[in-house]
Amino acid sequence: MSLHLETDVLIIGGGLAGCWAAVAAARAGAEVVLADKGYCGTSGVTATAGPNHWWVPPDPEKRAQAVRDRDARAFGLADPRWMARIIDTTWRVLPTLADYYRHSVTAGGVPHYQSLRGPEYLRALRRYAETLGVRILDHSPALELLLHVDGSVAGARGLRRQGEGGDWTVRAAGVVVATGGCAFLSKLLGSRTNTGDGHLMAAEAGARLSGMEFSTYHTVAERHSTQTRSASYAFADYFDADGRQIDTGGSPDVTVPLARALLAGPVYATLARMPADLRAILPQIQPAILLPFQRQGIDPFTQRFPITLHGEGTVRGTGGLRLVDDDCQTDVPGLYAAGDAATRELIAGATSGGGAQNSAWAVSSGTWSGQAAARLARAQGRRAHQGVEAAGGAGLRPDAGALKDAAALTRHLTDGVRAEMLPYDKILFRRGPVLAQSLATLDSLWRDARDRLAPGSDPTARVRAREAAALVACARWTTATALARGETRGLHRREDAPSLSPDLAHRLLSGGLDTVWVRADDPTQRSPAQRSPTQRSPAQRSPAQRSPAQRSPAQRSPAQRSNVA
Amino acid sequence: MIELVVDDRCTRCDTCIQVCPTNVFERGAGGLPLIARQEDCQTCFLCELYCQADALYVAPNCDEPVAVDAASIVASGLLGQFRRHSGWHEWEGDPAHANLHWRMGELFARARAG
Ligand SMILES: Cc1cc2nc3c(=O)[nH]c(=O)nc-3n(C[C@H](O)[C@H](O)[C@H](O)COP(=O)(O)OP(=O)(O)OC[C@H]3O[C@@H](n4cnc5c(N)ncnc54)[C@H](O)[C@@H]3O)c2cc1C
Ligand code: SF4
Ligand code: SF4
Repeated sequence: MSLHLETDVLIIGGGLAGCWAAVAAARAGAEVVLADKGYCGTSGVTATAGPNHWWVPPDPEKRAQAVRDRDARAFGLADPRWMARIIDTTWRVLPTLADYYRHSVTAGGVPHYQSLRGPEYLRALRRYAETLGVRILDHSPALELLLHVDGSVAGARGLRRQGEGGDWTVRAAGVVVATGGCAFLSKLLGSRTNTGDGHLMAAEAGARLSGMEFSTYHTVAERHSTQTRSASYAFADYFDADGRQIDTGGSPDVTVPLARALLAGPVYATLARMPADLRAILPQIQPAILLPFQRQGIDPFTQRFPITLHGEGTVRGTGGLRLVDDDCQTDVPGLYAAGDAATRELIAGATSGGGAQNSAWAVSSGTWSGQAAARLARAQGRRAHQGVEAAGGAGLRPDAGALKDAAALTRHLTDGVRAEMLPYDKILFRRGPVLAQSLATLDSLWRDARDRLAPGSDPTARVRAREAAALVACARWTTATALARGETRGLHRREDAPSLSPDLAHRLLSGGLDTVWVRADDPTQRSPAQRSPTQRSPAQRSPAQRSPAQRSPAQRSPAQRSNVA
Repeated sequence: MIELVVDDRCTRCDTCIQVCPTNVFERGAGGLPLIARQEDCQTCFLCELYCQADALYVAPNCDEPVAVDAASIVASGLLGQFRRHSGWHEWEGDPAHANLHWRMGELFARARAG
């Protein structure tokens, strides 16, 4: 029943970034396995949307201007060099999809590469990867990483929810984490599987995060729907329950005024300002946007309908795994992060990279990490016969007495995270004391996840338990960093510190499992070898410092040892 | 959330079971997909897009299950609408359903222009 594979490169996550990573690694000659929690082709937030990529022709002046314009909105936390890199890589890589995607041909006979419809885009990427020989494991969530004794990554382990079932173990020279952002189980379109699993797995292996406080992006949608597609809402007017129009301040960012209004009562919208010619072709632009209206008998162009704002966590925020080099390597040697799993501060700073940067980032970071993992495999071989240890802890192997009702505990944890991470007043209007209280609540949830969560053998229960642990971990890094950034910068708004602080004009790193820490990033500190002892990966720490899940195989109880590859 | 698998339309092809990104379905007796984990449904409509028999109905409410009447849904003409508008399968190449996604930027631009 259990599946054991050896390969050059393992990609965890088969959304936009993971697919491009798989394609790049395979094109570089590597043998590639890609494991997705859901189905590679429909999973992830791109498959349900329709991304526009940052698309600037190779004219040096145009590109320099594009970088300057975007950098000016990044609140000092972006890096122009990385911006230029993704513009260039996206321009060169995206058109290679042409054999698998029917690009619209626009005026002058030029194929339109820049913006693609999501379901078709991901279906095309799957075919592209399969044609290149990538082995895809669908419905096969990764649960934890495997590490060599020197702390470098050795592969991963997970389970298969369909077919024969059972566990999978993949040994690989290089591993790319492309598990997407963490949306905290909001109803953001396409985000159900984006629960921060990759963040937790990487952190357990010794990786650090960056920018987790920039996780406050919200998108408007019809009240009970998931259709967080903002294009049509560019024409929206908003009203309160008494029919008074809500002043959205003339800025395209309507989040703050709408959130204030929603905290006070129901809010309604109409798309009456959309011109007739665009209404007529809307189903051909975004076929899904009208479904909720038609199925409820609402005419959004003449009627007012209730709306909500869905939080996005880190998805169109910017936080994620910190990268140490141009290959998108994390602090863990051989472990790369691509797409929304990685920090996007490099290309977007403190403001959202949604709308153009994020997709270009997913294409580019996927490409670079796939290529780098392939190079690593060629240089050092698979090391498949060396002993490894499994790095996972919370939600897999309880430290203390396991609680009997794992389903109830899992629900308690996810409800608890949602209660801290989704209310507008806690996320959009942050205050120090409220953040401190949230952190205390989340710390106690973490202790439950670590000590008492034993999901047993049911595959769904195992995935949900691990997701719950990851959600709690991401919520803690987010909240701790938001607390440490005692100012307002870009997406991060502090009601009790409403202006920019010159003392905080740097990125904030976070990490830690049992004890969460936050500190200023030091851009000169680039390689893992230069890290301080407390920041080292588990394998580098002395046994006494390790948590039980991180102990070497010999120290584990027999039951735990049998879990290890 | 997914609410309906229309028995007499379903060809038992297993596609929805395979492509649902959150693994909501389970193969039931005789091959009819069962909605086994509705609470995991992310209301993405993608199972409808892939179902060539137009046998699936996803209710737009993502917050809670709603009661649906199978007969009136079948009569409504809503089944298969997303697939048709997307120009998939037999609709591929039909100019009425050509992919105009590339014009998305116009929505933002013309709204800005007022
Ligand atoms: C509605 C919407 C519209 C957007 N529009 C734009 C746009 O126009 N322009 C733009 O630049 N950006 C846009 N974005 C952002 C862009 O979609 C993302 O940056 C991009 O999808 C990131 O790709 P990804 O592969 O990192 O994540 P995803 O596409 O979310 O993929 C993550 C994948 O990882 C899998 N996974 C998770 N956990 C595990 C696990 N434990 N094991 C295995 N697999 C796992 C998931 O199932 C999923 O398939 C939009 C986002 C949204 C939500
Ligand atoms: S995809 Fe449609 S026809 Fe195929 S099994 Fe599912 S419901 Fe039945
Ligand atoms: S709407 Fe999406 S998540 Fe729900 S059953 Fe269909 S494919 Fe699965």
